Amino acid sequence: MNALTRWFHQLGSPPTFDRFAARWSRVFYVAAVPVLLIGLWQGLFVVPAEQKQLDAFRILYIHVPSAWMSLFVFALMALYSAIALIWRIKICEILAMACAPMGAGFTLITLLTGSIWGKGTWGTWWDWDPRMTSELVLLFLYLGVIGLYHAIEDRRSAARAAGLLAIVGVSLLPVIRYSVDWWGGLHQRQSINMFGDNAVRGQLIAPLWWMVVATKLWFAGSLLAKARADNLAREAGKAWVAERFATGPAGEIPR
Amino acid sequence: MIAPGTQPGLWQTARALLARDLRLVWRRRGDALQPVLFALLVVVLFALALGRDPTGMARVAAAVLWLAVLLAGQLALDALFRSDAEDGSLEQWLLAPVPLAWLVLVRVLTHWVTTALPMIVLAPLLAEMLHLPHDQLPVLLASLLLGTPLLSLIGGVVAALTVSIRRSGILVALLALPLYVPVLVFGAGSVSAATRGQDPVGALLLLAAGLVVALVLAPLATAAAIRISLS
Repeated sequence: MNALTRWFHQLGSPPTFDRFAARWSRVFYVAAVPVLLIGLWQGLFVVPAEQKQLDAFRILYIHVPSAWMSLFVFALMALYSAIALIWRIKICEILAMACAPMGAGFTLITLLTGSIWGKGTWGTWWDWDPRMTSELVLLFLYLGVIGLYHAIEDRRSAARAAGLLAIVGVSLLPVIRYSVDWWGGLHQRQSINMFGDNAVRGQLIAPLWWMVVATKLWFAGSLLAKARADNLAREAGKAWVAERFATGPAGEIPR
Repeated sequence: MIAPGTQPGLWQTARALLARDLRLVWRRRGDALQPVLFALLVVVLFALALGRDPTGMARVAAAVLWLAVLLAGQLALDALFRSDAEDGSLEQWLLAPVPLAWLVLVRVLTHWVTTALPMIVLAPLLAEMLHLPHDQLPVLLASLLLGTPLLSLIGGVVAALTVSIRRSGILVALLALPLYVPVLVFGAGSVSAATRGQDPVGALLLLAAGLVVALVLAPLATAAAIRISLS
């Protein structure tokens, strides 16, 4: 077995994962802070105000990255759930379920910032536009996964059941999206393409990329931190937990 | 232990399960009527809330009917596997020599026949109560015929996931209703497209396509969910 596969297999064991998550969640957090600050500083102070929307458009530097994250996190949750269902890796169950509340948070931020922006620009807090509606449905899917996870007593079968729901949800998301699109609406078309021409000017877009990277890093850090906490809670009775947390001098926790 | 050569075939098991389910429904005829009564009550409440304006009522009639049928079906969903999980028949399903997904499919279709079909039969009456224009009735019935089995199949997955939870009423709704969005959009949408003078066939064909896909995939997902719930 080569070193990479061995490392991957070892990561599935709770004590190894605990050590890994403790180290890397801090790395991701530390990396996220400067990127986030650069993004916010550029977005709020460097970029000139837009002709029609004036300063209101700056909220999009939060809105757009969280909207992307809300979808990305759902896909990630379904991926972890699939791994957990197929190979029965306990850590993947924990990671999938740690994704759910964070994804719900990003979805909520997207909806709130979107409706604040909409009040200023369209003159309405809410409109039954396809994108907003499907984002709202996405929030309900997240809440469903969280609700199912907490309703079932046994943690492992709860994670598996909620994971299956996440997989069903991810396969239905394009259908929901398409159906709501068919239903018609007002939201602007997607104006940022990774490749080819952008509807948004280059200067305006730089802070957006900073924010996209920052949210990804921050999410990775908090995902690992939360998964580590859940992992410790599940393994609380085990010897390795007692060993790791009991022996530090003066209450310090050895890594 | 089944003696070699006496394994029950797919149709044989389906017939046995169907006969058992229908007999159970017949013995508790009163319970079986409840979804229909619920749909009727929803329509009555909507009519009361809307006021006595026939044109306003006619405009929303198709949407109200769709919602009444959807909500009634959603309430009946909880009974799909629960009694079998409680008396242990569901464990026997796992041991049966036929695929679990097949039994699930037979059960969901039986459930559809006993809960959704009576509502579709009643739909013309409810439509009349809501002053639905007569030319919209065929589109409404077609969309209900294609859409309600789809609702039952999707709902089956949710019912299987929640079968191990004692009190799951609101949770089942929270899980199932977001997944119902496309069916409702195309179902009620086909009727409102017909109202606006557009061709409703596109939406109906999409519903039919969805039904075909769900007939294949939903029983598999439901079977996986039952395995998780009973593990």
